[in-house]
Amino acid sequence: MNNWSWEYVRDILPDLLQGLWITVQATLYGSLVAFALGLVWALLLRSPSRWVTWPVSIVVEFVRNTPLLVQLFFLFFVLPGWGLTFPPLATGVIGLGLHYSTYTAEVYRAGIDGVPEGQWEAATALSLPRRRTWTSVILPQAFRRVVPALGNYVIAMFKDTPMLAAITVAEMLFRANSIGATTFDYMEPITVVGVLFVVISYPTSLALRALERRLVR
Amino acid sequence: MTGALWELFFKGVWITVQLMVYSAALAAVVAFGIGLARTSRLWIVRFLSGVYVEFFRGTSALVLMFWLFFALPLLGWQLAGMWAGTLALGLSYGAYGSEVVRGAVQAVAPAQREAAIALSFTPWQRLRKVILPQAVPEMLPPFNNLLIELLKGTALASLLSIGELTFQAKLARLSTGQSAQVYGIILVLYFVIAFVVTRIMRLLERRAKASIGRAPEKSGWFSRRLPIGKQGPQVITAPGGKP
Repeated sequence: MNNWSWEYVRDILPDLLQGLWITVQATLYGSLVAFALGLVWALLLRSPSRWVTWPVSIVVEFVRNTPLLVQLFFLFFVLPGWGLTFPPLATGVIGLGLHYSTYTAEVYRAGIDGVPEGQWEAATALSLPRRRTWTSVILPQAFRRVVPALGNYVIAMFKDTPMLAAITVAEMLFRANSIGATTFDYMEPITVVGVLFVVISYPTSLALRALERRLVR
Repeated sequence: MTGALWELFFKGVWITVQLMVYSAALAAVVAFGIGLARTSRLWIVRFLSGVYVEFFRGTSALVLMFWLFFALPLLGWQLAGMWAGTLALGLSYGAYGSEVVRGAVQAVAPAQREAAIALSFTPWQRLRKVILPQAVPEMLPPFNNLLIELLKGTALASLLSIGELTFQAKLARLSTGQSAQVYGIILVLYFVIAFVVTRIMRLLERRAKASIGRAPEKSGWFSRRLPIGKQGPQVITAPGGKP
């Protein structure tokens, strides 16, 4: 039975905060990949040709229904064999971005589908060109629905970043684990990491809910 | 791929399924317990269950699993890996599930509740005979999504050296060196499990909806309509009503 030691916490905190910075980087870059790639999936899935929508939907469903951890292992161990060598963090960002793009694709789809039919009809009646229909009518309205949902997936991604520890990215959990392995005292490092996650993700989700109330009426 | 490797994989699938079933059972208990507690009349019950939900949704399931496995023994409770995995997954997905339960219970038309009160049902009868039969069918599609998330979560247990599918893949990779094949095969195996789970949940949904005279939503072979936010409160609207 050991006692909680604040001194120990103070010793390990700088190391863990460095890990937090890597966690934040992975989340930010990962979300950029997910936002961009998700839009690509969403637009491809709206294609009129079945030869496009079928393969894309199979890829999207496959990535969404299989574990991120295994996908990370796949990227980490298989890509170098194909001559693509990335640093672990970049592999992690690709994995996170690819996995969450299948969720953001669904968000974009729901956002675009949520725009009332009458808006499309009005655009046709005004004989707006296709491009203006999208940029001035549909997307601005879809945007309001999409932003809070995308934010939720950023938080979800943030909470999935500890998986990157498994592919040797030195983020928080990885550091907590190696501290524990040297001192044989896992209590403080892992507890601090867990609390840091709550301390960051809870206020962020509160802020998002406030944003949602403001944007979605 | 030799027969011995396939044997390894199927052993892994079996443990993955076990882990999923145990965690799902725990998560269901937590989801109903906490979800109903959040509709309680007492503010302290609502508050405490709210704290539970926000805490477990706010932290990462993998960190929780590591905490249960590495930190808890220092307080004197040594958990076997399987239990640490089950507990971590059950507690955190239970927190997500409780939001589904709460949303579905609150979406039952108020007149139904009032009618049950007028007929002087006890609170327990009200819940069991009036509220839940109408709420449960609405819960099944979001539960399906959560179950798939839970299945994906079981892969995390491989990091505690539990011999589930991902762990077996690691062993197979070390012994054969064929990473692409090994990980390709187990991704497909996970996909097949997810597909079977979705089929079973669809069947349950169809039955539950038929029992109260509703038709299930039309949906394709694969796609489960995702709730737009995994994190935020589940918005379930009555037709034409505000969330």
